[in-house]
Amino acid sequence: MNMKAYSTLLLATCSAILTTQLSTPAHAQAPLSAIGKGEGDLNVVAWEGYADDAWVKPFEETTGCKVHRKYVGSSDEMVALTRMGGGKGFDVVSASGDASLRLIFGKTVQPVNTALITAFDDVMPELKAPGFNTVKDVHYGVSYEWGPNVLMWNTKDITTAPTSWSVIYDKAYAGVITVPDNPIQIADAALYLSHTKPELGITDPYELTQTQMDAVVALLKEQRALVKKYWALASDEVDLFKSGDAHVGAAWPYQANTLRAAGVPVQDTIPTEGATGWADSWMISAHAQHPNCAYLWINHVMTPKVQAQQALSFGETPANTKACAEMDALQPGSCKQYHADASPAYFSSIKFWKTPVHQCGNGQNTCLDYSAWQRAWQQVKQ
Amino acid sequence: MTPGRKLLGHIALLVPPFGWLGVFYLGSLSVLLLSAFWQVDAMSGEIVRDWTWENFRILFSDTTYTVIARRTTGIAILVTITDIILAWPLAWVIARKVGPRLKLTLLVLVALPLWSSMLARIYAWRLILGHDGVLNWGLRLVGLPDQNVAFTNIALWIVFSYLWLPFMLMPMVAALERIPASLLDAAGDQGATPWQVFRTVVFPLAIPGMAAGSVFTFAVTQGDYVAPMLVGGAGSEFIGNVVYSNVGVSGNVPFAAAFSLILLAMVAAYMLLARRFGAFDAQ
Repeated sequence: MNMKAYSTLLLATCSAILTTQLSTPAHAQAPLSAIGKGEGDLNVVAWEGYADDAWVKPFEETTGCKVHRKYVGSSDEMVALTRMGGGKGFDVVSASGDASLRLIFGKTVQPVNTALITAFDDVMPELKAPGFNTVKDVHYGVSYEWGPNVLMWNTKDITTAPTSWSVIYDKAYAGVITVPDNPIQIADAALYLSHTKPELGITDPYELTQTQMDAVVALLKEQRALVKKYWALASDEVDLFKSGDAHVGAAWPYQANTLRAAGVPVQDTIPTEGATGWADSWMISAHAQHPNCAYLWINHVMTPKVQAQQALSFGETPANTKACAEMDALQPGSCKQYHADASPAYFSSIKFWKTPVHQCGNGQNTCLDYSAWQRAWQQVKQ
Repeated sequence: MTPGRKLLGHIALLVPPFGWLGVFYLGSLSVLLLSAFWQVDAMSGEIVRDWTWENFRILFSDTTYTVIARRTTGIAILVTITDIILAWPLAWVIARKVGPRLKLTLLVLVALPLWSSMLARIYAWRLILGHDGVLNWGLRLVGLPDQNVAFTNIALWIVFSYLWLPFMLMPMVAALERIPASLLDAAGDQGATPWQVFRTVVFPLAIPGMAAGSVFTFAVTQGDYVAPMLVGGAGSEFIGNVVYSNVGVSGNVPFAAAFSLILLAMVAAYMLLARRFGAFDAQ
């Protein structure tokens, strides 16, 4: 083939590929006005442990919607996965507060008709229209469950229970620490620094100026030398604790529950500095192929029973205020243990994940946005 | 058959593979090339098609990426040297010291691991090197202290050297086989010591084999991201991991494309170098 023919071919293929990429229409569907019969399938993108057989099987039997699951280990992965294939690859997603706004502004999800959500009136007042799933009075999601990121340790290796996040920055534990491989982990270090270095003036761990970020990155780079492995999936951390490669780390209550069930002696706590945490919402794809099944699913997981099952298996707090009795029925005392009885005070003690943006809460525009956080995290990991 | 029809037949044979390569290989490469000069909007995740060198500016100005590129290349070089050293004795034995039956058996044994999944083989190393793994179990048996090899760059070096050893061995066997015995006899007759024979006759003639093997050990190690993910630890990121996390996690395809282009250029430069040493000469 001569040079000219070659370049023509190259151009032709290029433009063919680009046109197919560009010409995908981005029409959002209008929300349903009534829930019809299920379409037979439901594609779910969710956190590990959020589509458990314990409540998926009954759902499939009653609605006929076959559930296809894709699990993710971070909000970034969730956002990337839902954007693939123009958003046609999934129907519902369990997005945390640091992903939900990106999904709304990226037009990945559609408004939810809350009149069709049976349990909506029972949702905690704080979570009916929170800023992370409701924009300009339009609901884009239904709040599901929420909880703290905890400090977890192996009680056989660390016999005195730690009470501060300082242990995961402590040289005494070099080589046995594990933390999540996730840019939002920067907020955990920022929260810790807001207590140990008040002169930095960190008031909100998600609103950091360049100077504050530099201090956080410096701390995290020191931590890297002590870290055995950054975990990407909850199951990775479970493996690290099982094999004895990690003795202490940042975790979700889910890993602690899973490890205890497997007979590994671990304990978890919210240290004195407080904790970051997540508040998740179920959201529906703007290009959902099975909208009826999507609404049926949200209604199913919002029932007090599933809310209680989810809360106990993951170690978190339900959004549905009616779930308390169900939790105690499944495991006596669990309603109080997971703060489902006195949720407002506990709720305000957690610094919930949110997407960092340029605008700081104080009206300034000097804060770093999420792409700067992602770059900073790459610098930390190297 | 007339010459004209014969030509048509040849073209017909060539169109499917060339069409395939043209559309799927060159096409996707071109899109990659183009998107490296674009940006992505952090909030909506949409690609902004404004031409910019920004991705490359970040790659060259931020030391993070220089460190990662150096680590990737450094480990690839180390793996290549290790595999050359490990392959020499075995290749020599297979090529020149054993009969045809044993030779076949040995070659099959070398190739056997390639029939199992690469993931399974990497996971096996996790079980060997892990804190409660076979290695520490063995060390404890003989009264030696535990080693913390799992999730380090040393683990990466071991696993890569293991994974690509067969690819170094095969071309070296081929190269050593083709050295005529008469050359070795002649060198001996002229009074060369065994070491001199190796240095002046065998080694130079084996260079094309080592070069061909290094194309696998070096280039494939450079492009890998699976092993660093599974057996690497904190500070084990490869170029491939940055590309992977920018595509699959951050959704920043343009930045990933820019780093891939640099990787591509590095591998292409190595291929040219390997060709000078006869890596692609028909053996």
